[in-house]
Amino acid sequence: MNKKKEFHKLLLYILALVGGTVSVFPFYWMFTASTLKEAQIFKVPPTLVPGDNFFVNLEKLENGWPIWKALFNSVFVSGITTVTTVLFSALAGFAFAKYRFKGRNLLFSVVLLVMMVPTQVMLVPMFIQMMNFGWTDTYYALILPFLVTPFGVFMMRQQMLSFPTELIEAARIDGCKDLGIFFKIVLPTMKPACAALGIVTFMHQWGNFIWPLTVINSREMYTLPLMLAMMVQPGQVVQYGPVMVGAVLGLIPMIILFLLFQKHFVSGIFSGSMKG
Amino acid sequence: MPFVQKTNYGQEPSLQIRSKKDIKDFFVNLIPYIFISPFFILFVIFMLYPLIYSLVLSFSEWRAGTVTFVGLENYKKFFVDPLFWKSLGITGLILVVQVPLMLILATILATVLNSNSLKFKGVFRLAFFLPVLIDLVTYSLVFSLIFNENYGMINQFLGLFKIEPIKWISDEFWAKLLIIIALTWRWTGYNAVIILSGLQNIPKDLYESASIDGAGKITQFFKITMPMLRPVLLFCCILSTIGTLQLFAEPFVLTDGGPRHETTTIILYLYDKAFSSFDFGLASAGAYVLTTIIGILSYLQIRLSKGGEV
Repeated sequence: MNKKKEFHKLLLYILALVGGTVSVFPFYWMFTASTLKEAQIFKVPPTLVPGDNFFVNLEKLENGWPIWKALFNSVFVSGITTVTTVLFSALAGFAFAKYRFKGRNLLFSVVLLVMMVPTQVMLVPMFIQMMNFGWTDTYYALILPFLVTPFGVFMMRQQMLSFPTELIEAARIDGCKDLGIFFKIVLPTMKPACAALGIVTFMHQWGNFIWPLTVINSREMYTLPLMLAMMVQPGQVVQYGPVMVGAVLGLIPMIILFLLFQKHFVSGIFSGSMKG
Repeated sequence: MPFVQKTNYGQEPSLQIRSKKDIKDFFVNLIPYIFISPFFILFVIFMLYPLIYSLVLSFSEWRAGTVTFVGLENYKKFFVDPLFWKSLGITGLILVVQVPLMLILATILATVLNSNSLKFKGVFRLAFFLPVLIDLVTYSLVFSLIFNENYGMINQFLGLFKIEPIKWISDEFWAKLLIIIALTWRWTGYNAVIILSGLQNIPKDLYESASIDGAGKITQFFKITMPMLRPVLLFCCILSTIGTLQLFAEPFVLTDGGPRHETTTIILYLYDKAFSSFDFGLASAGAYVLTTIIGILSYLQIRLSKGGEV
């Protein structure tokens, strides 16, 4: 019996270690490759220890591609859309959860229905819309279509349902107006939900690839994923060192975010919207 | 299970407000409309309008800004396009192999994390979760480096065992497998975290009474764990199915849909139709077919598992 237990424990650790190694190794190799010379990356047998070529690779990247502009664009676009999505979703979610008004069920059903539709379906009409407005290749095209998401409203409504109505009543008796109630009482209590939605939204926008690929032409407007994808397009001389430097730089904001808001990442996951 | 409550999108169990008193106090005519208006104005302009417009487009021909009604022509056109069926088949194949594989691995990892005899749980959990942080393009690039046909690490490693270099990009079988491997790497930890919370929600006394009745670990797993996990697994399954049907960045970066369109997914096909051939009508029609497929699959998955209160 004891032997069996030992075997179980061993199996457990083997599984955990294999799973952990497989998960982490691509990150390790990405960091390592960013510090190596091209010849070292493809050496046989592979170089597994970080080298000292990071800044040379960075310089190559800076000379060939607008890396800092792309990083800025990604932060800028994701930042703005995150703030507006959280704020407007909270407002609408609050109304849907705690008010009764004509057309409420109908409007909310429309939101739910559109939430089911993948973004890709709207790619063509959105593109035509941007052309008509003359907004292709601008920040307007990158930002405006993503200022709000139906999912945000849905999630906020679900969270607001559990907000104690008595608190709102009490505030009203004290003479607090609706907007005041929202900003002074509801929003502060809903901070965790806002953080979770904010992280989901930021990650989603940060990784958005198909839309920038569609509306952006000029290098100055590239977001980070678009720039990285363009670096390895057929016809480019692919230099993996600089590409991996770009990849590392793009991962830093996400890691900072993760360290700051670890537990909200997990609750964001349960809202189940990061895939796709 | 608080978890299930948070994740039940699609159906809302509680649209009816609880008591009339609640409502009376908050019945103020204009205020709710003001609250929802910032969202709805943007929603109508940038989502609802494109969505309806694309329905119109799917029955039309778009040429340099002028739209002519062509009836079902677009739908006919791609239903006879062999490449459409091929891309549908390829997406289906990736789906059928990858989703079960990933969910099995995720269940294993979640079980490992849930075990009492594992130390350093936080570290392992963090490690499994790490792939979620990286965006789709970036991890695809890292994979294209690791799986490089000539000097990639994997082929070098296999070389140690005298295995010929595998044509990860240029062979149709291996190219599909590469995409499946990449997807599995990216999403297994994500699903494991969800499944783990499902495991933690199973009441411990169920296992205790089962042990007293003499049920072994394996019987317990299939008689208690699996049935209790079903809603969570279903949730993961639906999410992954919807996600895989929209597969785009990975094949775009890793294989560019090749070799010979063998990794061209539906979205890649539609994207090509729209922005290489500029056949907007056809692409819109295809997009609607895809949405319908996604809708039907989600519905079926919910129906098929009885009591799937997801």
